Amino acid sequence: MPADFSTDRRTFLKLGTGAALASVLGFDLRPAYAQARELKIARTTETRSTCPYCSVSCGVIIHTLGDKAKNVTPQVVHVEGDPDHPINRGTLCPKGASLEQDIVNSRRLLKPQVRRPGSDHWENISWDQAIDEIARKVKKTRDDTFVATDPQGRTVNRCEGIAWSGGCTDTNEFNYLVVKSMRSLGVCYLETQARV
Amino acid sequence: MPTAALEIKAISAHPGPVPGKGAKRNEGDGVCKLIDVTTCIGCKACEVACLEWNGYPFHETKFDNTYQTMPDLQWNYYNLIRFNEHEFADGSFGLLMRKDQCMHCADPGCLRACPADGAIVQYSNGIVDFQQEYCIGCQYCVSGCPFNIPKFNSMTKKVHKCTLCSDRVAVGLEPACIKSCPTGCLHFGTKDDMKALAETRAAQLREQTAHTNAGVYDPPGVGGTQVMYVLHDIRNPEAYGGLPANPTIPLMVRLWKGPVKWLGGLAISLGLVGVVAHFLRFGPKEAHPIEEVHRP
Amino acid sequence: MTNGWIDIKNTDVMLIMGGNPAENHPCGFKWAIEAKRERNAKTIVVDPRFTRTAATADQFLQIRAGTDIAFLGGLISWAIENGRYHKDYLVHFTNASFLVRNDFQLPEEGLFSGFDPATQAYDKTTWNYQEGGNVTGTAAASSAPGGAPQHPPAPGSSSKAGEAAPHSSSGKGGEGQGYQAFGAVGAKAMGPGADATMPSNVAHDLSLQHPQCVFQLLRRQYSRYTPEIVERITGIPKAEFLKAADLFTSIRKDGDAKKVGTIIYAVGWTQHTSGTQTIRTAAMLQLLLGNVGRAGGGVNALRGHSNIQGATDMAGIFDVLPGYLKMASPADVNLATYIKRTTPTPSKPSEWDSYNYWSNTSKFIVSFLKAMYGDAATKENDFAFRYLPSIDRKYSWVEIWDDMYAGHVKGLFAFGMNGVAIGPNSQKNIEALKKADWLVVCEIYPDETSEFWRSPGITPEDMKTINTSVYRLPGAGFAEKDGSFTNSARWLQWKYVAVPPPGEAKLDQEIVARIFLKVRDLYRQEGGAFPDPVLKLSWNYTIPENPSLAEVAKEINGRAISDVTDSKSSQTIKAGQQLPGFSWLRDDGSTLSGNWLYCGSWTEEGGLTQRRGTDDPSGLGVYPNWAWSWPMNRRVMYNRASCDIAGKPWDPSRAQIWWDGDKQKWGGNDIPDFKIDSPPKDHMGPFIMNAEGVGRIFGPLAAFADGPFPEFYEPTESPAKNVLHPNQQNNPVARRFKSDMDKFGTPEQGYTIVCTTYRLTEHYHYWTKNNPMNVELVPEPFVEIPAQLADEMGLHGGETIKVSSARGHYIAKAFVTKRIKAMMIDGKKTYQIGIPIHWGYRGIAEDAGKTARTLANALSPAAIDPNAYTPEFKGFLVKLEKV
Repeated sequence: MPADFSTDRRTFLKLGTGAALASVLGFDLRPAYAQARELKIARTTETRSTCPYCSVSCGVIIHTLGDKAKNVTPQVVHVEGDPDHPINRGTLCPKGASLEQDIVNSRRLLKPQVRRPGSDHWENISWDQAIDEIARKVKKTRDDTFVATDPQGRTVNRCEGIAWSGGCTDTNEFNYLVVKSMRSLGVCYLETQARV
Repeated sequence: MPTAALEIKAISAHPGPVPGKGAKRNEGDGVCKLIDVTTCIGCKACEVACLEWNGYPFHETKFDNTYQTMPDLQWNYYNLIRFNEHEFADGSFGLLMRKDQCMHCADPGCLRACPADGAIVQYSNGIVDFQQEYCIGCQYCVSGCPFNIPKFNSMTKKVHKCTLCSDRVAVGLEPACIKSCPTGCLHFGTKDDMKALAETRAAQLREQTAHTNAGVYDPPGVGGTQVMYVLHDIRNPEAYGGLPANPTIPLMVRLWKGPVKWLGGLAISLGLVGVVAHFLRFGPKEAHPIEEVHRP
Repeated sequence: MTNGWIDIKNTDVMLIMGGNPAENHPCGFKWAIEAKRERNAKTIVVDPRFTRTAATADQFLQIRAGTDIAFLGGLISWAIENGRYHKDYLVHFTNASFLVRNDFQLPEEGLFSGFDPATQAYDKTTWNYQEGGNVTGTAAASSAPGGAPQHPPAPGSSSKAGEAAPHSSSGKGGEGQGYQAFGAVGAKAMGPGADATMPSNVAHDLSLQHPQCVFQLLRRQYSRYTPEIVERITGIPKAEFLKAADLFTSIRKDGDAKKVGTIIYAVGWTQHTSGTQTIRTAAMLQLLLGNVGRAGGGVNALRGHSNIQGATDMAGIFDVLPGYLKMASPADVNLATYIKRTTPTPSKPSEWDSYNYWSNTSKFIVSFLKAMYGDAATKENDFAFRYLPSIDRKYSWVEIWDDMYAGHVKGLFAFGMNGVAIGPNSQKNIEALKKADWLVVCEIYPDETSEFWRSPGITPEDMKTINTSVYRLPGAGFAEKDGSFTNSARWLQWKYVAVPPPGEAKLDQEIVARIFLKVRDLYRQEGGAFPDPVLKLSWNYTIPENPSLAEVAKEINGRAISDVTDSKSSQTIKAGQQLPGFSWLRDDGSTLSGNWLYCGSWTEEGGLTQRRGTDDPSGLGVYPNWAWSWPMNRRVMYNRASCDIAGKPWDPSRAQIWWDGDKQKWGGNDIPDFKIDSPPKDHMGPFIMNAEGVGRIFGPLAAFADGPFPEFYEPTESPAKNVLHPNQQNNPVARRFKSDMDKFGTPEQGYTIVCTTYRLTEHYHYWTKNNPMNVELVPEPFVEIPAQLADEMGLHGGETIKVSSARGHYIAKAFVTKRIKAMMIDGKKTYQIGIPIHWGYRGIAEDAGKTARTLANALSPAAIDPNAYTPEFKGFLVKLEKV
């Protein structure tokens, strides 16, 4: 028989030798199949989320490694649109479709850093130290710039020396905590991406 | 039977009939991707979805006075929106954006041209898929393709192209590009359904818009394709970044794999007859490598 | 958006202008395509460039950036003069019939009545309605102030405009003052923020013929915006303008009331010194056409980021408190004066009704103060109202940088906000940061703002003189946090944690909570300036240093502090229970709610923001059980206007809500955005948040800083003279900043090219420059240049060019394209160019040395809209040279 039909070369056909022999004569009724690649999301965990980019709010499914068992640190392997979401119905734009690379990205900031006055470089700093130093500066600036009454003697209770600029991907709940904490300090310059 | 597997309809360079062909009832014209270029917004979500799904790496690209990501497809970049600034016949200006990728021809020139047994298969659902495991890197498929699609990887000496996400389709999912497409300019279903959808859309464009020459691109020269386009102007497919008006399989490939193929078939038959005769006459002995006959 | 993303599929015609949804909101744009496929809807795209949105349009018009009011004003005029408007809607659902004071003047010479050149501000006293009543049938149209209307008066009208109109003929309200009673004599002068009232019984002419009625003033105002004038200002040829005007208003052809048109816009309208008024012109056009409140209609702002709708709702802007409550003013001596100042009283024809929902202001503010200060907020101390800062000037985005540059702002928190790249006038922002004491940045990638001290051009020697302490804290990405985003369609949707933050990165709420609690500790230990608000802020979360966002969401919704009983239904909400909706809020301290607008989002049933119901019984794309939409899950705002005066849908095939005579209630496919049991015969206006109850075609009193009607003014930097009024070139009350870093260019100085800035579909702001895939799609910065201009300059695609404004420069490659064409502006050939904003000095391409590391916003000017305080990022002047 022709060498071509050795099962070695044709394992992908998933046929038995006998079938192969028969098939060359056109007798076999078992269809030939090709093994497609393993589906990479076959056993991943799905988490529902919302795309962080524009305001359409596409539903996304984040596929992570592992089944959320205690001993697993999940890693993102794929992000795809959520077909149930009434607005995007599974579709994504070129930014949403690349979200996997936004989550797993070698450029991510991983440690708190400080640039000291006059310095030309970043230094690592511990979280505790950073928060201590920042809190000290906030208090000093507030104490130095607090305006209790305006020139007409009216109560205003403003902290004029501190500004807050918030991002476009801050959640409602986070924004609310910002409003609470900043307004309690008397911060007036409270702005976010919503303005621009 | 494995779950993630597809039935094969045609095999490159395979002597004799495809095993099991016709064993199952006809499931129509297979699956089909419809691309309505009149609603394409050139966002490239399909490019990203494809790259992401297939796990290919980041390509270094360069600005080239266009929104187009790169000049041409690459072995690991299966689909590309081609951008063309265009003036329509009525003088109005247009930005034509066409997703370019494997057309999954019903009569695939690549498969016809391929000399490596099993390197290119056509599944019963119409998807034409390269099996790199059996690819010998000869690139005959490249010359066999009227759409200039297959691309050679010089490192691995293998040729690649869009798989129509055969892995996803095998488990009942749509291809990655189809799923991502924000406007639904990409649509997926059976060829029959997509044909109907395409014709309806083309008629709507002719009747309701300025595109009175809108039409469906399903070129007969390659037996029709499992990827179809709705174009604003069916008379001028070349305007969409070189979509051939009447694609056909190159003459050499056609000759070799068409009219001349019976010679190969005859050779096989004669060979088999010879083998039988030889066997009858001389008893069991190692068979001739008849396959040699097919090698051009 | 008044409507929603999916609702766009219900439209018949779209005007997409000041936005590029195909590129910036691709997945929302599918519903525009759906309307085209399923309803044969038509699309008109108006933009400075032929965008990828334009590629799918039926008609594209290239407009000069910053001239949108001229175009829209022209549309209004064309619609009126050609009878393409919705008369019934106009009469009953807008203030078109209201009479405006006789001493109000239109800006024929560029200024409305009341402008004070000394203070460069308006006294808005004359921008008010007349007290009176129904004057229908008595109007005259002959000698109206400010020029005669173009059309003859309606048959039967005889009296003169100068004469006093008669008293209210219906007599329901009984006030019956002559409409001149509320004249200039008795009116008090109003400075910014000062208060005045609208008459309670507004004089009105239902025939819309009275020369002082809003409709006639509107007609007069835009009669100057002829197609010829539109062409001279915008560069849109008259024939194209007329074709677009005919197409957009075709929905009202031959008195048709069924069809609907939508207007879709984004920051292409907002980012101008006339941004608010541009949007208002669109709103007025939609009221004129009767498109607001209807499925497939509305005025639809496509917000550019995932949660800036939520940030606005939650008061991430200086001038409001959560739920759009006004900030306290120094003039508010106590809570009562604040409530009085900020609570409107109905102003309407006395025979009509007005829900005037803001009459509940006291309940909203007291519930907010209880959420802020808990037990420390008592009736006796005015619910700690005085703990809030009081303001009487602007503290907006550009002011932050201007005041930091002036040395007043000493410390800045930048949490996910890249102020240097965002600009405007980026170099000024860098110089400002050099003067600050400290900067705290929380980011997920290295950004321009945190590295301002080593931005291009600064040497290590220079760095020694920069004394700003900069903390850069690694925050968590979206997939690492839960919480809710509010989309453009006002849907609150909860998301879940998929992965933990990488490395030492922390959740943002933990960072802010720990800083705040540390500051509070310091005040507790050491005392300091007015520590009470800091010490007494309610922060009773289970884990105070890392509050659970679900717990915070419940506080935002609000709960009963003591038992609350509804007198009508006798239903009681027990102390500690979540409130089912904002109608339960009280002003006696028995309820708390962090944001009244979100009350109803997390009830005793749980988080409605987490709902995933995919049913859409009406097929209109309402999806009532998917997530939760403010207010009270209403998906289309003002939806009472989808019905005629009797409560029947204008178009039964798109029935949203209707009056059920048997049940004596409103009901239907959406939640009525209306008083549920107000029968049509009471004529309650559908615009329940306006004191008038109706849509404002005329914006009375202090509604707008720059006029009750929009007027076209040239951008701050413009290549042309204002052809409407050459003596009033710019918006007289727009603010231009005046530091030595704020320079403005003129054509005489060689800045002759109009420049606009925008985003590409392949990139997201200053974020995806860190993402390899997006960098692959568009690897380098470029400037889009008209092919004709390139020919004149001998410039080829791919060559490097330098774009300069009076403030800075930008270096990138030239993208020579036919998608931008030369324009004739008032007879002069004028060019526009466009710059995508996405690059800076930190990013994949930047770090690899593949860009010039310049910032697009180094070019843009610090000049802001007087209403929204948004900078003019679009439509400024530049010059071009080859490098």
